Amino acid sequence: MKKLRTFFKGTYLGLMLCFLYAPILVLIVYSFNSSRTMGHWTGFSLSWYAALFHDSMVMEALTVTLTIAVLSAAVATVIGTAAAIGIHSMRRGPRVAVENISQLPIVNPDLVTGISLMMLFAFMNIKGGYVRMLIAHITFNIPYVIFSVMPKLKQSSNALYEAALDLGCTPLTALWRVVLPDIMPGIVSGFILAFTLSLDDFVVSYFTTQGVQNLSIYIYSIARKGINPKINALSTLMFVAVLTLLMVVNLKSIKEEHKAAAQAKKAEARS
Amino acid sequence: MKRTVFAYPYVVWMLIFIFAPMLLIVYYAFTADGAVTLENLRGALDPMYLEVLLRSVWMALRATVACLLLGYPVAYLLSRMKKSAASILSVLFVVPMWMNFLLRTYAWQVLLNANGILNGVLAALGLPQQSFLYTEGAVMLGMVYNFLPFMVLPIHTVLSKMDRSHIEAASDLGANPVQAFFRVTLPLSMPGVISGITMVFIPSITTFAISRLLGGGKFVMYGDLIENQFLLMQDWGSGSALSFILLVLVLISMAVMRRAEGEAGQEGGMLW
Amino acid sequence: MKKLAFLLALLLAAGLFPGCANTGTVTLNVLNWGDYIDETVLDQFEEEHPGVKINYSTAASNEEMLIKLSAPDSIYDICFPSDYTIEKMIEKDMLHALDKANIPNLKNIDGRFLDLSFDPGNTYSVPYMWGTVGILYNTKMVREPVTSWKILWDEQYKGQILMYDSIRDTIGVTLKMLGYSINTRNAADVEAARDALIAQKPLVKAYLDDPIKDNMINGSAALAVVYSGDAMYCIGENPDLAYAVPDEGSNLWFDNVIIPKTSKHYAEAEAFINFLCDAEVAKKNTEYIGFSTPNAAARALLGADITDDPTYNPPQEVLDRCEVFRDLGDFIEVYNQAWNHVKSA
Repeated sequence: MKKLRTFFKGTYLGLMLCFLYAPILVLIVYSFNSSRTMGHWTGFSLSWYAALFHDSMVMEALTVTLTIAVLSAAVATVIGTAAAIGIHSMRRGPRVAVENISQLPIVNPDLVTGISLMMLFAFMNIKGGYVRMLIAHITFNIPYVIFSVMPKLKQSSNALYEAALDLGCTPLTALWRVVLPDIMPGIVSGFILAFTLSLDDFVVSYFTTQGVQNLSIYIYSIARKGINPKINALSTLMFVAVLTLLMVVNLKSIKEEHKAAAQAKKAEARS
Repeated sequence: MKRTVFAYPYVVWMLIFIFAPMLLIVYYAFTADGAVTLENLRGALDPMYLEVLLRSVWMALRATVACLLLGYPVAYLLSRMKKSAASILSVLFVVPMWMNFLLRTYAWQVLLNANGILNGVLAALGLPQQSFLYTEGAVMLGMVYNFLPFMVLPIHTVLSKMDRSHIEAASDLGANPVQAFFRVTLPLSMPGVISGITMVFIPSITTFAISRLLGGGKFVMYGDLIENQFLLMQDWGSGSALSFILLVLVLISMAVMRRAEGEAGQEGGMLW
Repeated sequence: MKKLAFLLALLLAAGLFPGCANTGTVTLNVLNWGDYIDETVLDQFEEEHPGVKINYSTAASNEEMLIKLSAPDSIYDICFPSDYTIEKMIEKDMLHALDKANIPNLKNIDGRFLDLSFDPGNTYSVPYMWGTVGILYNTKMVREPVTSWKILWDEQYKGQILMYDSIRDTIGVTLKMLGYSINTRNAADVEAARDALIAQKPLVKAYLDDPIKDNMINGSAALAVVYSGDAMYCIGENPDLAYAVPDEGSNLWFDNVIIPKTSKHYAEAEAFINFLCDAEVAKKNTEYIGFSTPNAAARALLGADITDDPTYNPPQEVLDRCEVFRDLGDFIEVYNQAWNHVKSA
């Protein structure tokens, strides 16, 4: 009976993985197809990859996407961390108000965020597609940073800060050298979250941009025209990049786990 | 120097870029050429638009339920596996989520196309070719495919942090595995389930890219309507009125979820 | 932490590189339909005019072009909108009046296509491509002659009909089927068209734009509403296909090239227009795109197999039963509402 259960479990997970990966694998396989249609395989070819790199629109979209992701995540992390520290010290009334408004970009569908920002930019007469996109990305990133850092702030005890003050630090130094390192995991995860959100954003960028394309907007405009193997090539490259990144990150943590386990064993053996 | 001063730059930013836009939506929804009017709202409550809203909500509901039914077992099975296998499998399940969501939708266009893979397989098996693309099923498939990882992740997080001793206690007290699941595990995993539902249901109502790419323009969702009003027809009044209705709906759903989360116990936290 | 900072700096630097502009060159920003020019002619123009670079981008609809050009910080120097959109742009005073002295090749254009209602005297625009709207059908799946728009409402083709995802084109052909003008300002006419389209919806496979071509070529639909140039392309890829302009009449459209007032490079833009009107260049373009050229000199260079094709070169009687789109001003709201109803049904 147990064998059957394990078999079912394995099959179910296997099926789910197939479901998740089938389209991606198809995309990857046909990115190497020499013909344009997906139906039949006419031979191995790297021509679509070449076409992709020659497509200046893609390269530009990629640059826009990456730079906005880095910039907006960085700015959001700075403003957000400062904000979290400030909010943490607020009295209940203002704190609840600020927290509730900050929840809006998280809770709202990005459609609403996008169109409302679009209207604001027109109202304030802010032009320049890149700037608008950057401001929009920073705006929806900051709340995520705040809510990544806040739990850490709540966990860290006030006693640390006060001890630093007692030992002669100015408040600013105390913050910089004691509190910040303490909440660093929250800051880092906030940054990574903001970076990821910005990288993958489509809807908000779509509405706030003025002619400037990020990767998602580019893909949308091409995908609407139908099938083009250049996108397959793009998908393959992105898949490889993401898989490598995640594997590296996970391998690191697995290595660290092994190291920690080995050290623990050593300590045990010694005692 | 009070520490609250650190929040001031953010508060200014927040008021300009988060609060003011919301006010603008209300402004455009309730005015026309500067004068207060209910015309936009009345137009937005036109039965045709309400029908689209209902249809979008109904589709979002079905997609959410599908994600829940398919995703919960995945999260459950993953949480029960050994650390090493679990972490590799977790990575595998998360990778698609990191891929651009439009690319994943485009992938289904490729598969479901008339001379796409699915039809190719059918042809190889000697079965007649079907029209998969441009059907409601295709849109539903696209939605489930895109949102499934968002359902699995929070449930998995809660399940893996869960204290196993509760289940052991239950079996000690005489419950069989099925009972233990329904009366201990499931209720304890509720915060994750609610998190997952939140992350799937609301975006499903407002998606427009999926219906556009896979639906052939036949299944206009509420998101399509709003996008149309703003970008194609340049009618901000009407678009804002539609968005306002959507906002009300979202706030009501959030309040309902908050209440359910409060009853289930505070473990999910703000995000993951 | 240091590693992170270094990585960030690298990414930022990579991002700034495209910003390094080549000073001293004029960049012409061209906004065109997708796949609507032979890209080699762009290279040819840059060779013949050193110091001018072309930055090419595309839009998917007239409405999109209008929006992009209306933006206060619009960067475009050259655009190719259609007839009724040009009419609207002229009314909104968005266009630069062309200096004909800089466009001597204008003489190559067929006189029939000059001085049209939407731009009298061609003050602002020069014809680029033209064509009709009609029915593309698969002769293996449609065994009867195609002479009327009503065939798109025929039950026997349920699930095999593709309609264009464009307000004016689709409502327009429906109006023609009902015997009305495609420019009607009679709300009752538009409502009749709306109801007819709602009735047709269960028979429609999809409302598409570009993907219509691939779907007809691979035989997954029997009938589609297309532009004549797209029909040329599709028939070339799949000889089972055929094109017909129904007896009730249809739309005759023109895509003309214009220079927005916001352009900063009138002289270079006009040089580009002149270049496009050159007989050889126009011939290259029409052969690549497959759409009909209004350039008589270019047409003289084409083979008879193309110029004799009624899809490419419709006879006068076909042109006579077609109408050109006019701008509808505020009345477009009625069309928009009707379209919303059709799509939401």
